[in-house]
Amino acid sequence: MWKRKEDEHATPGPEQGPPVPAFNPPLSAPTRPPEATRSESLRSHEVATIGKSVVVKGELSGSEDLIIDGEIEGSISLRGQSLTVGPNGRLRANIEARNVILHGRVDGDVHATERVDLRKTASLAGNISTARISIEDGAFFKGTIDIQKAEPAGRLDTKPPASALAAAAPVPASSAQGSLLEPKKF
Amino acid sequence: MLAVAPSIFSRLFGGSVRQSTDDDIVPGQKVSRRSTGFSEFIRSISREEGLKVLDLGSTSPASITFMTGLGHRFHQEDVLRTASDKTLIIPNGDDGTTFDVERFLRENLAFSRAEFDAVMFWDLADFLPEPLVKPLIERIQVAMKPGGIMLAFFHTKDAGPDAPFYRYNIASKDTLELQPARAYKLLRIFNSRHVENLFREYSSIKFFLGRDNIREVLVVR
Repeated sequence: MWKRKEDEHATPGPEQGPPVPAFNPPLSAPTRPPEATRSESLRSHEVATIGKSVVVKGELSGSEDLIIDGEIEGSISLRGQSLTVGPNGRLRANIEARNVILHGRVDGDVHATERVDLRKTASLAGNISTARISIEDGAFFKGTIDIQKAEPAGRLDTKPPASALAAAAPVPASSAQGSLLEPKKF
Repeated sequence: MLAVAPSIFSRLFGGSVRQSTDDDIVPGQKVSRRSTGFSEFIRSISREEGLKVLDLGSTSPASITFMTGLGHRFHQEDVLRTASDKTLIIPNGDDGTTFDVERFLRENLAFSRAEFDAVMFWDLADFLPEPLVKPLIERIQVAMKPGGIMLAFFHTKDAGPDAPFYRYNIASKDTLELQPARAYKLLRIFNSRHVENLFREYSSIKFFLGRDNIREVLVVR
């Protein structure tokens, strides 16, 4: 206990380091050499950012956490990593990631293997498929939520992706606009 | 903690944090309300998991948590908020205006036939633009499975024109939490005959009269 405290003092972390979305680094396999473990741990703390003046059209994929405060049109695949959409973020994209935190606006489906957080400024029009979800009061959501229960080890996930679930034919619009009742005078 | 605080975004990107997208919530005390109709609605959808539930009210974290906790799939579509889009008010050719129902239904509620097992309609019929009410009920009927159940509330004539608009949050299997929200105006009331006419294409209808000038209705497709 005391030893650990000394270690913390010996290697203090940067106090004003760049803000990163908190996340749990993946557990290393016990058979890996220490050097590999250390480099993986460092890499897992890397966070890429897309600023609010950046517009991207196309496919985004990566193996590090990503913060987006700009505009994206296309698709985002961060398997095993976290995506944070900032308050200025505007996405027209389907998203795949481990954790997804939304402050901005997304039009598209979100598939997160662990968790989706919709903060109070978030607006999401699309389907969500995830194991855990948190929605703050004030967030806007339009779509279907599918909670994926943890499958027993060794069992394949046979559920269709959220995008397939959304591909349903719309019900034809009714043309009837007739008056249902007389307006009530109070 | 997974969150990046908004203040961090301000520092990182130099921008201001956007105000909430939802301006519906207004300060006020939440009201807890036991509901017989809701209790019966929950009982009917608690017998099996994996049902698909449609909530046409305001986005409610509590309701989403409750329904997904029952093992159901949950679809949210805030009809009243969407219908408040001013561009949906169009000229009707007689120097007046009308609600563009065709466009609304083209852009919203794009459901498959027989997609939903249960629908929470709340008291939207009292607040929605009048031309939209009947087409909306018709579309929901198509989107519900035969035997599917819908919960709707209607104000009684004693409610008066200043009846407040609440967001409905599910607190438990028999209790709702009513959250004061943006002052949508009560546009009409339905008497029993109107309600029966509204749901005449459905197979059955059951009324529960609440103590607070709300008539609760359970409708079966």
